[in-house]
Amino acid sequence: MLSLLAFIPAFPLLGFAMLLMTAGLLPKRWITTIGVGSVGIAAILALIVMATFLNSPEPYTEIVWTWIAVSGLTPHIGFYLDALSGLMMLVVAFVSLLIHLYSAEFMSADEGYSRYFAYMNLFVGSMLVLILADNLLFLYLGWEGVGLCSYLLIGFWYRDPANGLAARKAFVVTRVGDTAMAIGLFVLFTNLGTLDIQSLMQQAVVHWPVGSVLPIAAAALLLGGAIGKSAQLPLQTWLPDAMAGPTPVSALIHAATMVTAGVYLIARTHVLYDLAPPVHTAVAVIGALTLLLAGFSALNQTDLKRILAYSTISQIGYMFLALGVGAWSAAIFHFMTHAFFKALLFLSAGVVVQRLGEEHDIFKMGGLRQRLPLAFWSFLIGSISLAALPLIDAGFYSKDLILWEAWSDGALGPWLWAAGLFGALLTAIYIFRAVFVVFFGPVKLEPAGLTGWRIAIPLVVLSILALAAGFVEIPPYLGNVPAFSQFMQSALPAPPAPVSGESSLQIMLSAIAGLVAVLGVGVAYIAFRQRPASLEALIQSPASLALQHFWETGWGFDWLYDRALVRPFLWFARVDQGDFIDRFYSGLASLSRAAYRQLSESETGRVRRYAAGITAGSIVLIAILVFA
Amino acid sequence: MNVVLMQHALLLAMILFALGTIGVLMRRNLIVMLMSVEIMLNAAGLAFIAAGSRWGQADGQVMFILILAMAAAEVAVGLALILRLYQRLGTLDADAADQMRG
Amino acid sequence: MTIAFYIAAAVAVIATALVIINLNVVHALLCLVISFLAVAIVFYVLGAPFAAALEVIVYAGAIMVLFVFVLIMLSTGGAAIQQERDWLTPWIWVGPIGLSAILLGEFVYLLLRNPVTAASGALVQPRQVGALLFGPYLLGVELASMLLLAGLVGAYHLGRTDRKAADERGGMER
Repeated sequence: MLSLLAFIPAFPLLGFAMLLMTAGLLPKRWITTIGVGSVGIAAILALIVMATFLNSPEPYTEIVWTWIAVSGLTPHIGFYLDALSGLMMLVVAFVSLLIHLYSAEFMSADEGYSRYFAYMNLFVGSMLVLILADNLLFLYLGWEGVGLCSYLLIGFWYRDPANGLAARKAFVVTRVGDTAMAIGLFVLFTNLGTLDIQSLMQQAVVHWPVGSVLPIAAAALLLGGAIGKSAQLPLQTWLPDAMAGPTPVSALIHAATMVTAGVYLIARTHVLYDLAPPVHTAVAVIGALTLLLAGFSALNQTDLKRILAYSTISQIGYMFLALGVGAWSAAIFHFMTHAFFKALLFLSAGVVVQRLGEEHDIFKMGGLRQRLPLAFWSFLIGSISLAALPLIDAGFYSKDLILWEAWSDGALGPWLWAAGLFGALLTAIYIFRAVFVVFFGPVKLEPAGLTGWRIAIPLVVLSILALAAGFVEIPPYLGNVPAFSQFMQSALPAPPAPVSGESSLQIMLSAIAGLVAVLGVGVAYIAFRQRPASLEALIQSPASLALQHFWETGWGFDWLYDRALVRPFLWFARVDQGDFIDRFYSGLASLSRAAYRQLSESETGRVRRYAAGITAGSIVLIAILVFA
Repeated sequence: MNVVLMQHALLLAMILFALGTIGVLMRRNLIVMLMSVEIMLNAAGLAFIAAGSRWGQADGQVMFILILAMAAAEVAVGLALILRLYQRLGTLDADAADQMRG
Repeated sequence: MTIAFYIAAAVAVIATALVIINLNVVHALLCLVISFLAVAIVFYVLGAPFAAALEVIVYAGAIMVLFVFVLIMLSTGGAAIQQERDWLTPWIWVGPIGLSAILLGEFVYLLLRNPVTAASGALVQPRQVGALLFGPYLLGVELASMLLLAGLVGAYHLGRTDRKAADERGGMER
């Protein structure tokens, strides 16, 4: 049964190939069957494989064939199944299936229906390849594949040049990260002689002492790649603009799956980070800074999807924070719950936007609680989970675990904990701001149309998961169900064991976190539902407005990159247009053009000239005959 | 017995041929150009006759007859073409027919 | 007879030179006729009376007459002469004379390279020519007749001016 592993990425890729070759000529029903069905088969196979795996949780490698065999480098087309990749595969496959089903109705009126499903299938195939790859080169193939699909799907409505610009921005920024990652692969290969992940980790421990230059370099470069793909500081500028794509794309790629590829990479190569403590700390610091930065930015957005985009950046910051303090399985746990509630939020936001005729501004919406009940309850459940309100939702358990592990991490721990806590406050405020503005208050825009079962079922399923998925890992003081971390033990080492007597500390910290979340909801309620005049005045004061604008533009990063990087590059490209190498080649061209002009002058059309030519030629011929 | 050096006869033929070439290259009037071509053909025929006479055989004259036939056909067609050109261009200037330039 | 050869040769050369530098086309034509007659005399001296007769009858008699007919149709009189004068600029001479001189030089070199051989000057009877024509050169004769047929048809077709088409073309030209 485990040998079905290789088929899991194969089916979506097969679906992609079929849809690509038929290029939109199939009837819509067939396209839907192929597009959704291929991912469905992948999900069922994933279930079967995981069920078999759970019976005997031994890591399983399947090598399909040898991809390259060149002077010591022999990466295979190989798949590696252990707890980490198995869990991620299951989550990705199921969330993708739900989103594909949602897309079947959401995108049904779009003329690029077949193209959409082709790209989505390619994406799912590449993501599964990335997760299941047993060597870093094959992983890089999947990495690039998801980057390509991200570009294709952000710029899906290519007729609007702004979408193309957003797609290019995403591609270029992640490219910076991908280049760092490629260099990291080079460092790893030249020093350790292999790219196979498991043997790489073993070799690294044997050959590289802790804290030496090589693991720091390799880990830092891989971190660069992860930062690019997961939209962390300083490469986070592409994700808000990526909302130009269709909403299911934002849900799948830019919330649940692709952006977590960086988290997966770091978790996979965690041995390197154990060998490079400075980089390990850097991961945590980057995570903390990013979650704060994105939290502030999300407070001031007016576009519903941009709020969710910044929220994604912020939540991945939490995952990086967890990775950085050594809580590997906590990060994966948060990934799982985040996939559910973020996809839920995006999908319900998609319903709202589509039913209001593509209106994205939340201040033009209002009172949709009665008009769109399904969207309202889905969005509310997602928001509760995102804000991590105590006990009832999955987000609480995962975020709480992260905060607890952050506190326990040495000298930097309390600072990281404080950052995470403040981030939780911001999260609650901004997401309930969205809830109150969009769903409460007077109705400003009437929704049109209906929502069918293909949208309703994914929303309902994700809502249940967003509430219940956290119960696999309940902390000791609430019931002690460490099922998740025990499951992940085989793949990821456990964080340092808690010292005895700290359970009361843990309860206290959890209580503070819970209170903070509820406080955030309250602040949002007061500010955006009741709107007292004094608070309004404070919000509208000039200093406050300037600060809000600063936060809204993502702390000025776009402005900074534009001034510091983009413009000098464009200037240099413009100046370099006539450099000496170009001159040489264009000189050749103009030389031949001049020669052509000269030659065409000789074609005068006059008979006498031609006769003269014949005479001269015959003279030369006779001379050759006579004198030679 | 007539003794005419073949060299001299051939020299005469070559001089006539050169004069014909000059005429073709120099004159712009189409009819004069055609006449110069006739001069050249005649010179070639003279060369054949001279060669045949040197060996005392009739082959030279046979070649001359064939050249004559060809020249006649060529003149007929050539003059017809000149008539057509004159209708089209309104002039007998050879340089006026330069639409194939460039 | 050798003297006759040289005199006739001189006449032919001078007449041909006159042809190519004459401004009046009709005069050039007549000079050409003289040149052909002189060449006919040369043929006779060389012992080819049949060729001489053919030269006079066909070349000078038929082909040149054809030229005369066409000239009658096309000649514009005084304006043509003025035009020819305009066309014959002094610089026109240089290229052609240069090229022809080089050509002539090569031929002379060829001639001088080989030993002098005498011409037999023996008369070749027309009978011999006829026997050769209808013997070994039969195929050539047939081909020449086909060529003449082609020339006939071509000249007839090309020379035929369709009244309507001529008017149309004339209208388009102006």
